[in-house]
Amino acid sequence: MTERLTMAGAINAGLRAAMERDDKVLLMGEDIGALGGVFRVTDGLHKDFGEHRVRDTPLAESGIVGTAIGMAMRGYRSVIEIQFDGFIFPAYNQITTQLAKMHYRSRGDITLPIVIRVPFAGGIGAVEHHSESVEALFAHTAGLRIVSPATPQDAFDLIQQSIACPDPVLFLEPKARYWDKGDVDTQRVAAQLDAPDGEAAATAEMASARIAREGAHVTLVAYGPTVRVALQAAEVAAADGTDVEVIDLRSISPLDSDAVVRSAKRTGRVVVVHEAPTAFGAGAELSARVTEQAFFHLHAPVLRVGGFHTPYPGNTFEHHYLPDIDRVLDAVDRVMRH
Amino acid sequence: MDATGPLSSDGLVQLLTPEGDAVEDSTYSPYAAHLTPDDLRAFWRDMTVVRAFDKEATSLQRQGELGLWVQSWGQEAAQIGSGHALRGPDFVFPSYREHGVALTRDVDLVEVLRIFRGLQHGAWTPQDHGFHLYTLVIGAHALHATGYAMAMDFDGLVASGNPERDGAVVCYFGDGATAQGDVAEAMTYASVHNAPVVFFVQNNQFAISEPTSRQSRVPIADRGLGYGIPSVRVDGNDVIASHAVTRWALEHARSGAGPVLVEALTYRMGAHTTSDDPTRYRSKAQEAYWAERDPIARLEAHLIARGELSQEFRDQVTAEADALCERTRTTVRSWERPALATMFDDVYALPHATVDAERAWFERYEASFADATGGATVDAGAAR
Repeated sequence: MTERLTMAGAINAGLRAAMERDDKVLLMGEDIGALGGVFRVTDGLHKDFGEHRVRDTPLAESGIVGTAIGMAMRGYRSVIEIQFDGFIFPAYNQITTQLAKMHYRSRGDITLPIVIRVPFAGGIGAVEHHSESVEALFAHTAGLRIVSPATPQDAFDLIQQSIACPDPVLFLEPKARYWDKGDVDTQRVAAQLDAPDGEAAATAEMASARIAREGAHVTLVAYGPTVRVALQAAEVAAADGTDVEVIDLRSISPLDSDAVVRSAKRTGRVVVVHEAPTAFGAGAELSARVTEQAFFHLHAPVLRVGGFHTPYPGNTFEHHYLPDIDRVLDAVDRVMRH
Repeated sequence: MDATGPLSSDGLVQLLTPEGDAVEDSTYSPYAAHLTPDDLRAFWRDMTVVRAFDKEATSLQRQGELGLWVQSWGQEAAQIGSGHALRGPDFVFPSYREHGVALTRDVDLVEVLRIFRGLQHGAWTPQDHGFHLYTLVIGAHALHATGYAMAMDFDGLVASGNPERDGAVVCYFGDGATAQGDVAEAMTYASVHNAPVVFFVQNNQFAISEPTSRQSRVPIADRGLGYGIPSVRVDGNDVIASHAVTRWALEHARSGAGPVLVEALTYRMGAHTTSDDPTRYRSKAQEAYWAERDPIARLEAHLIARGELSQEFRDQVTAEADALCERTRTTVRSWERPALATMFDDVYALPHATVDAERAWFERYEASFADATGGATVDAGAAR
């Protein structure tokens, strides 16, 4: 069955499906109850599942994550909403020193199947601390998985797969894409999860990249909010005769670099585009891996397009801070000149 | 003891004076009334055994067998007294000095030393003992305890109408931890959710070198009141009072009446850890003052005055402690480092490409040395 949904609507539908599938799934966060969250992603769930399962928490992010850890030790699967990317930092200690390491330090005795949903990245004209790209800060920590959907379909699938996954997952929702619409198959993931070893299949699938557009000349790698930018840039490049392949990573940890390396071996040119600052970012990691694994196939250095090493600027600057079609095309032109 | 401030003796519940004389307390004596001479002897035995073990572990660290040791010396009454108030589905979230509580939860103390020999970060299965792993990030576990308690409530284990079925959580931390944001958040979450959790603060007067006055201007227990959490101060060197107050607190929490804060005023007779040097920040006079208030000596005086501590029993406990120390020495020295590649185990519950690739690389790398040396295994050496 296919439904036409926004990304926000797809996440909402995915949460609903997960809560119907497993009554140990709880939602926790600030203003997610009667209000439905500041982006209304949990709209209607409080009414339908009650305040026991859709829990408005005190305004204390460390507390949300920390109490979810204790609840997970009694079998509850919490899906946490951190209201905005910039407000995840009060919980940074709980996420990195506790949540990420508990399975390891308990030698597998304790699993913490907790999902932390974060409306992330910029482009909506917000005030400071509301447009941050936090993925690299967490990708450096072993024990966490990090995914980011770029389409309503992936949002619907990935949220359910993340909830089914026994490891903690940081689920980064590109807030500027909340209102993008797309056709969503609402049956496929349910069948995957209901099958034997559904959790493992779901976890493996959510760690895999997707080829969003096939091409022969340049591999353009993106995830979350920049996939749309990459696809638009590819269309423009095509008009100039450059055939761009777009890879939507979907997962930052683990990073499906194999998919990128395979593509790089065909195209010989790679450009990575993300909103996060390029310095020490996911693009740097990917660039290193491509260089290590496909060096003799490359015709040009791997280039990165992303935010600058400045605080996220006031929103009158943001469309110059964020990678746009022109900056992506500039990088495509530069790798093509080699 | 200071007359005012965070170490004042105001409101300290005491059922046994430092000389070992019994004291009546209309509220808390009833919570100790069930204790038989056998129970008190068991308290004395546990305190004595854990202190002997603590001393043995300190020696092993000095001999280079352990990287670090964290002594519980001086805090035995607070730990053994409170630990013996637990039962059934109760669950403990310790900090990292709660070896006495571990003993009451049937954790093999020798196993604890795996952590301090650098073999692993956790050394027992929490679910098997109702005793979570030690947490070294100060106060972080107060939130886990609160979440666990909230989940016990979801699961109908609070105020079920059957007191035997009801449970609660005890979370141990120190005076220093009360300055942490996570502890403040835990109290907020616990109080607004009426979670069945007892925050058991061992105020041992030091956060490494910093005195309690660096953490609070008022008695630690007063902090609970701001959250609407009933709070009690107890003489933490009095094992009977520590037991009675914890028993009361657990009953309160299990009944559905919500969280409790217990402040047990005690004294860390040893160093913070084997890396610390208390002579730099505290006086001999202060140490002597607290040595006179030794928690084991106090119960011993009480039992002896009543003729309830026979030489035969003492000899038996001494033999038990000696046997534990002997087993500790031989076991610790027998531990070898596990295969190196096990450091990649359990990072994730399901396969993760980065870990898998790095493990595979590491195994190939190590194997390359095996080839070079004619097949000698790289894992032959013990940890130390």
